[in-house]
Formats: sequence, structure tokens, C-alpha cells
Amino acid sequence: MLQTISILLENKPGALLRVTGVLSARGYNIETLTVAKTLDPELSRMTITVDVEDRLRTQVVKQMNKLVNVLQASDLTDAPAVIREMVLVRVRCPQDTRTSVLKEAEIFHSRIVDSSVEGFAIEATGDPEKLDEFIEVMRSYGEIEVSRSGSVGMSLETRKLRLQPPVPAAVPSGPVPAI
Amino acid sequence: MQATDNHPHIRRAETGKLMTGAEMLLECLAREGVECFFGYPGGVTIPFYDALYSHHIRHVLVRHEENAVFAAEGWARATGKVGVCCATSGPGATNLLTGLVDALMDSIPLVAITGQVHSKLIGSDAFQEADTFGITRPATKHNFMVKSIAELPQIVHEAFFLAASGRPGPVLVDIPKDVFQARGHYTPVDTIHLPGYKLFTEGHAGQIRRAAQLVLEAERPLVYAGGGVVLGNASAELTEFTELADSPAVCTLMALGALPANHPNYISMPGMHGSYAANMAMTDCDLLIALGTRFDDRVTGVLSSFARHARVIHVDIDPAEVGKNRNPDIPIVGDVKRVLGKMIKVMQEIKAENKPELGEKKTEARKKWWNTVRAWKAERPFDRIHSDTEIRPQHLMDAIDKLSGGQAIVTSDVGQHQMWAAQLIGFNEPRLWINSGGLGAMGFGLPSAMGAQMARPDKLVFAICGDGGFQMAIPELATIVSQGLPVKIIIMNNGYLGMVRQWQTLFYNNRLSSVVLEGFPDAEKLASAYGFQGRTIDKPWQLMDALKEAIDYPGPYLLNVKVTPDENVYPMVPAGGAIFDMVFAPETPAAVPA
Repeated sequence: MLQTISILLENKPGALLRVTGVLSARGYNIETLTVAKTLDPELSRMTITVDVEDRLRTQVVKQMNKLVNVLQASDLTDAPAVIREMVLVRVRCPQDTRTSVLKEAEIFHSRIVDSSVEGFAIEATGDPEKLDEFIEVMRSYGEIEVSRSGSVGMSLETRKLRLQPPVPAAVPSGPVPAI
Repeated sequence: MQATDNHPHIRRAETGKLMTGAEMLLECLAREGVECFFGYPGGVTIPFYDALYSHHIRHVLVRHEENAVFAAEGWARATGKVGVCCATSGPGATNLLTGLVDALMDSIPLVAITGQVHSKLIGSDAFQEADTFGITRPATKHNFMVKSIAELPQIVHEAFFLAASGRPGPVLVDIPKDVFQARGHYTPVDTIHLPGYKLFTEGHAGQIRRAAQLVLEAERPLVYAGGGVVLGNASAELTEFTELADSPAVCTLMALGALPANHPNYISMPGMHGSYAANMAMTDCDLLIALGTRFDDRVTGVLSSFARHARVIHVDIDPAEVGKNRNPDIPIVGDVKRVLGKMIKVMQEIKAENKPELGEKKTEARKKWWNTVRAWKAERPFDRIHSDTEIRPQHLMDAIDKLSGGQAIVTSDVGQHQMWAAQLIGFNEPRLWINSGGLGAMGFGLPSAMGAQMARPDKLVFAICGDGGFQMAIPELATIVSQGLPVKIIIMNNGYLGMVRQWQTLFYNNRLSSVVLEGFPDAEKLASAYGFQGRTIDKPWQLMDALKEAIDYPGPYLLNVKVTPDENVYPMVPAGGAIFDMVFAPETPAAVPA
């Protein structure tokens, strides 16, 4: 089963690689990954979906939490959470199917973001399974191109963020005598 | 100078002394109490070495960067302080890799400084450029690339803090040449703020109380101490705890000496080449008290049959280790020294209350348990038998054990000699036994002995190497000589890559593929080529005198001991087997008892 992990991490070079490294080092293939900065521009929120063996799930999240750049990694898979995704679909459709395509788009509450004689570009959001269906439906109208954002998740629980407070540097501040 | 993206909390005030980045790095190292470090210069680190020229910190020029890490590890393992090493960009940095992973596996506090090409050249495939930051990411606890001189001091002090705190490990700081050359004001760093770096030290009070109760109630307890006890300087607590718990104890390969080898509660090392008694005690105990250890596969054998009857208390500073291989009944995340200290207090309180559950029935069961353990110890002790025609490897280790008296520092390479040394040489203090446990890196013995001897000039240091591992480290003989380090290099020479040969013999129909090490040099000539003393022996009656001669010689000594070539290490738990399923030596060689 796919596991969804939400990670709050520092927005620093290499931080992304450290997180994905925990997975790639164990041979796991990342299904989706999204990352962008949070309200605090020094932090990013990342959502990863990945197929990790059940018995290793906690271990993987613990390893992520160990990373110096990671403030919090949590497993959203079985927790109360919303998980949504966006997809852009370009569908080529001849004149006679345009109306039907528009109808279908409406059923899925999607938006037309580009329209041309060749067809439409449609933006849809929803939970990932719903988007699978949407893509299937659009496919039935002809050749399509798809670009998915990957899952974006948010926990519905209030999790206490445990942060390490600043500690005094264990270094003498005065001049250092020659040894 | 402004704050950078990497470190927004860097103070903007330019109050300090004006200096170059190279000087600033040295200032930081001095403030961290670094007395000595190991390294090898190169193109981009010339500015740093230029500043070092007139600085009081001692630099040891090694002959290969890999040995700079190993030496720094030897220093760190012998002292508990952060070891420091330095290499140039590109090949210098890539040569550090094995040592970094070694330190990561054994949780050794280390700071590695690498030079990087000029910032403007990064990414251009410049001469001696390598993506050190990327390559060493999975090889370190954390790593940094310094982008400007403004962030240099903060990063260096953070690196030392990260290396030494929590579960220790190697931290690498990659510094471009222009940062060494830039000029800036040094502002002392007074705080370290790493919000995502979670430290767990105290342990959960309720869990500690429950654990203490369990320890006192157990009928067949066993203390299973790991390298964390050494790293956490918790030997005194371990000893007190073990005595108070009235429990037998095993120390893993990484923890030899954590409980003195001559302590009555000590059994020996458990695991693949552990003793019969240790492995049987692991199997039959009803309470396993795991302290600063990670249930490594070489200790547990197949997990499903490991300590099947036992409830498990697991104390570790790293939450990711708790429940990784074995789900404990009582997990305690915290510093083993503090947790044990608290547990001892609670146990004393409970004992003072004199609860009825500590009554006669339990005492009887304990007595029985102790008798069983003692019987196991007596039944199959490690083989120390001497031959009167050949030097058996066990004889060599036994002789070193006698001469050391549990006091000498012993470093080892990896393989059969490492296992025999671990089995047969006793250590009465922690930080005397230095070996590459987790990674099993050959070539570790000699350079780590250099580091240990630098750190502990007062100590007798043996580097016990196999003929394979020694040949990986031969270049460092020059360093040993130039630094005047009186390391006693003992080569257990069986002419084979012994451990691989043993597996080929036992599990691959004795098809000895690429394990014969022909062409070993004449030890006496080799040593004299480097300007010190060496000798080869192959007769058992020569052994004691030769070892004494090596010890008495006022300088390094190379003793090449030709041992029985086809001896195997026993007991042995075949890979993937249960630890109570040990294979023993098929026959005892014709011999006289030691």
C-alpha cells in the first residue's frame, strides 16, 4: 500500500536529497513528491508517496526525523488527513466531441485552462483515485497528455512540533591560549 | 558581510578580528580544543596549510587520506574527543569515504574538513573537482558546504556540536578555496541553533521505573552492552548497574572493556564468533537489558530465534534504533549514562522498600541462573590451546593478553585476527579495544593505532593486523616513523585472507579463490627500510620473548608472526543461523594446555 509522508524541513541546499536518500538507500521508489516553501520562507513542506513495506514504515519515518534539516516527518497514511492532487490534461478532440468533453470536465469540477481548435487543456484537482478516473474518462475521447502534481497532504490533527531549543556553543569566547 | 541563506541567524555585527578564512578555521578548531589533526594537503587547501604553518595546532601528515580518517578515528575512539581530519578536493575528498562510513557505522565523533574548488568553478568539472557535498551525504551524520566566510565559524562549531552530541558521528565541512582566502571578521559563536536536530537524553521516568522493576523481578536477566556504553562514557554506571542487578553481562565487539574483562559478572562477547556461554545466555535469558546497542545481525543471528524467551528493555540514544530489529517491551530513548544512573537510583529505592516479590523464589531462580551461566562458561571456554610446533593464532592473542594485562590499547584490522583478539584479549577499561566493527574496513588497524598512540602517548599500543590488512596500510609506516610513534605492529600472518578463506573452506567446498596472499615482504627488511626494528618468527617458543622485545624496544616495532595457516575461528554461527546453533572446532589439535 502506498504510504504518504508529510515532512516539514529547512529550505536548504541538499535537504531534499537527504530526505529522498533515506528512501533510495533502501531501494524504494518514490511515487510522488511535492515540495514548496511554507508561511515561513525558511521552511518547506514536502509530501512523499512511496511504497514501503509495512514493517519498515516506522523505521523510514524515524530515519527522516533524524535528519538535521528535518523538523518533523509524519506518516499520514492511517492518520486523519486530507490528500489532494492536481492534474493537467491536454485532450485533442474533434469538433463533434468538444461538448461531451466539456460536460465531463464539469462533472469532475475541473476547469478549462486552455482551449484551441485542437482541443482543451483541463485542470482538475481531487483525491488521487478520483483523478485516475478523470484521466480514464478523458482518454476515451482520444489522445491525451497528462501532467500530475503528485499528492499534497495535510494532517488534520494538531501535532505538537518538537523543536530543539538553541544551546550555548561549548566554545570558550575568550582568546585561546597556545597549547 | 551579510547573513547568508544557509545561516540566517549569523550575527551581522563585524566586531571580531580581521582574518582569512583559513585563519578563521584554525581559530574555530583551537576553540573546539583540537590539539592535533590528520590530513594531506592539495591544491585548494594550500591557503589553509599556509595558515597552519605558523599555528600551534599539530598536523600529522599521513600518506593516504583514508588513513587520515582512520587515524582521526583512532584518536576519537581512544579519547572520546572529536577526531579531526583534512583532505583536499576531488581525490582527497573521495579517499575519505571509507573512513567516513566507518565512523558513521560505529558512531565515532569526527569532523572532516575538505577543500573545494573555487566557488566560481564549482560545477564546471574543474581540475580536482568532485561533488563532495553530494558524495558524502549518505556517508556522514550531516555535512555542510560553506558558501561564504561569514558562515564559516557557525558551520564549523555546528559541525563539532553535531559530531559529538546525541548519537555521535562524522560531519564533513566542504570549504571552497576562495573561502579560505577571503578576509572577514571572526565573531565568536555563542549559540548553536539546529531546530530539527532532536536530542533525547533523559529517558522516560515511568519507563525507567518499569524497567527497574523488571530487572529486579527477572529470574534470568542478562545485560547486553553495546558500543553506546563506551561512546556515552557509561562504564562506571554499567558496572554498578550490573552488580546491583546481580546479572551476568555480555559486551559486544564494540563494547569490549565497557565492563572490565576480569569482572565476575562478565561472560564475554556474544554473536557470530561469540562464546558458547554468551550465546546460550542470550538465548535462555528471560530479560534482556540492551544498552546502547543496535541488535546487529552479527550479534543476533536470525532474529526470529534470538532471545526467544526474553522480554527486552532497550536503552538507546537514537530513537530509530529502538524497535529497528527487535521490538522491545520497554523502550527507553535516552543517554545510556543518564538512564542507567536513574535506573540505579530507582532500583536502590525499590530494594530499600524490600518488596516481597524479591523474595526467596526469585533468589532461588537467580542462583540457578548463575550456576547455569557458570557451567556454560566452564563447558566451552574460548580455545587458548598452544601447539608445540607452530604458533597458533590463539596462542599469539593469548600471549598478547598476558602481556597487556587488560591495560594496553589494541587496535585491529578486520578478519580472523580481529575475532581472535576480541575473544582472547581482555580489556579492563573502555577505549582500549579499537576496531572497525560495523563497516569492517580492512586497513584500519595500523592508522587507527597511530591516532590512538598520538592521543595516548602514555599507553602501550598494539596494532594487530592480518597480513592482508597490513598491506593495505603499509604507506603509514613512514608516518609512524616520522611522528616517532612507538606502535607495536603485530602481524598475524597466515598467508591468507583468513576469514574469506575460512568461509570458502566451510561453505564453498574449500575452493580457495583469490585468498592466497603470496609475496609478503621480509618484515625485518621492510622495517629497516623505514628505519626501525622488525622481525619474523614462526616457532611457539620464540613468541613470548619476541613480544617482550617488541614492547621493550624504544620505538615502533614490526613483529611478523607466522601462524598456523589454516586455523578457523570458532565457535561460529553460520550466517543466517540461530546464535545457539554454533559450530565448534572439529577437533582439538595435539597440544599442551596453556
